[in-house]
Amino acid sequence: MSDFWSGYVAVIVLINIVANAWLLAAMRKGQSDSLSEGEELGHDFDGITELNNPLPRWWLWVFAASIAASVVYLALYPGFGNFRGLLGWSSVNQWEAEVRKAEAIYGPIFAAYAEKPIPALLGDKRAVAMGGRLFANNCSPCHGSDARGGPGFPNLTDNDWLYGGTPEIIETTIINGRAGTMPPMGPTVGGEEGIAQAANYVLSLSGRPHDASLAAKGEDLFKKICFACHGLDGKGNPAIGSANLTDNTWLHGGTLEIISETIRHGRSSRMPPHKDLVSPEKVHLLALYVYSLSRVE
Amino acid sequence: MRHEDIERNLGLMVVLILLVTSFGGLAEIVPLFFLDETTEPIEGLEPLNAVQLEGRDIFIREGCVGCHSQMIRPLRAETERYGHYSVAGESVYDHPFLWGSKRTGPDLARVGGRYSDQWHRIHLIDPRAVVPESNMPGFPWLSENELDGSRTAAKMRALRSVGVPYGDDDIAGARDAVAGTKEIEALIAFLQQLGTHLKR
Repeated sequence: MSDFWSGYVAVIVLINIVANAWLLAAMRKGQSDSLSEGEELGHDFDGITELNNPLPRWWLWVFAASIAASVVYLALYPGFGNFRGLLGWSSVNQWEAEVRKAEAIYGPIFAAYAEKPIPALLGDKRAVAMGGRLFANNCSPCHGSDARGGPGFPNLTDNDWLYGGTPEIIETTIINGRAGTMPPMGPTVGGEEGIAQAANYVLSLSGRPHDASLAAKGEDLFKKICFACHGLDGKGNPAIGSANLTDNTWLHGGTLEIISETIRHGRSSRMPPHKDLVSPEKVHLLALYVYSLSRVE
Repeated sequence: MRHEDIERNLGLMVVLILLVTSFGGLAEIVPLFFLDETTEPIEGLEPLNAVQLEGRDIFIREGCVGCHSQMIRPLRAETERYGHYSVAGESVYDHPFLWGSKRTGPDLARVGGRYSDQWHRIHLIDPRAVVPESNMPGFPWLSENELDGSRTAAKMRALRSVGVPYGDDDIAGARDAVAGTKEIEALIAFLQQLGTHLKR
């Protein structure tokens, strides 16, 4: 605050305190100087008369105490212009102290876990539970509080991974996020007819009910076009996050209708990077928790 | 000055009451209009673009602010969950500000970039499709209504008159930028920039 505004605030504060003290002093006695205490003031309202009485003592003392309290407050805390107060308190340094205190308690716990490789922590119930709480706060809106995901949001409990499920890859995914894109393939596979053929072939890959003659034609399309990302065997490629189409695990859904929709319009999925949202030590515990979910016997 | 004089002189009493009740505001509010801390934008702060601005107005129209604050207080419990506490310089282009005072849902001051556009789309249409525990109402009409942008330029001119630094080009291109955008896309564009300007 500039000196001007500091002075402006200080003067108003002072005037306020002085004026309150003056008001208190002025009202200490009764309302009228010419009448003595307890005499009628001559105001009569429907038979109720007003007497020349002073304010109650206890009330006056409370008022005086509150004026004194304001002076003490302004001496200790910020409020009197730029004067910071003898305690040096501010909402920011209170927050900093709170964070430092928590850091002193929790920092060593996180640091100790950060040094240990994730597989070695699998048996540590407390570490996994900490990861679970971090998951609830940071990951559950998309992946669900049970981590089973939903259409478009991967299930993290089934040990089926688009990008790979090693602890290192899980950490990388959390830190940098992922952008999974399948372009619209409708025109490329030859319109609705091609879509139906390709979709039936995709159904056949995981042994789902399908139209065999359409699927046979779809196989040609798949091995000319789709194989580039999903592989000749349809098992996908974790390096680019293309889905394994043979395992009957579906991110967007595995019905003929949904598969056709996926081919027709493509898919664009994005997991935001979390490097600015969660500290590296917490990412470590999050990865541990996610890793542990598909390690349950 | 005697009690009687004030009590029997209404004009004087009105003046004195105004004087007494204005003290708090004079000391606590008036300086805020002149201090750098509260009037200077933080480094890198950009005014909302045309689409984001329409999104903001949908945010206001649908009453989002009634359940979602945009104000992270400097308390560890909040900064752990939401990110860096809010600072005044982030809000200097907000007219009106949308800090809110009620959190039925989470604070949104730094929701930008936290979820994907696709998540927001699903969540706004039917929150329980992605968060089964949610008690937020769905807003399915947002994906049907289309914006024509006919009022966007006027809104930007109005905001410019109260100090938001829109350029002539921004205003001239506003209609084309907005026309044909679905309401849900505009709202998501608004949400995705929230709180992203403060360098951590």
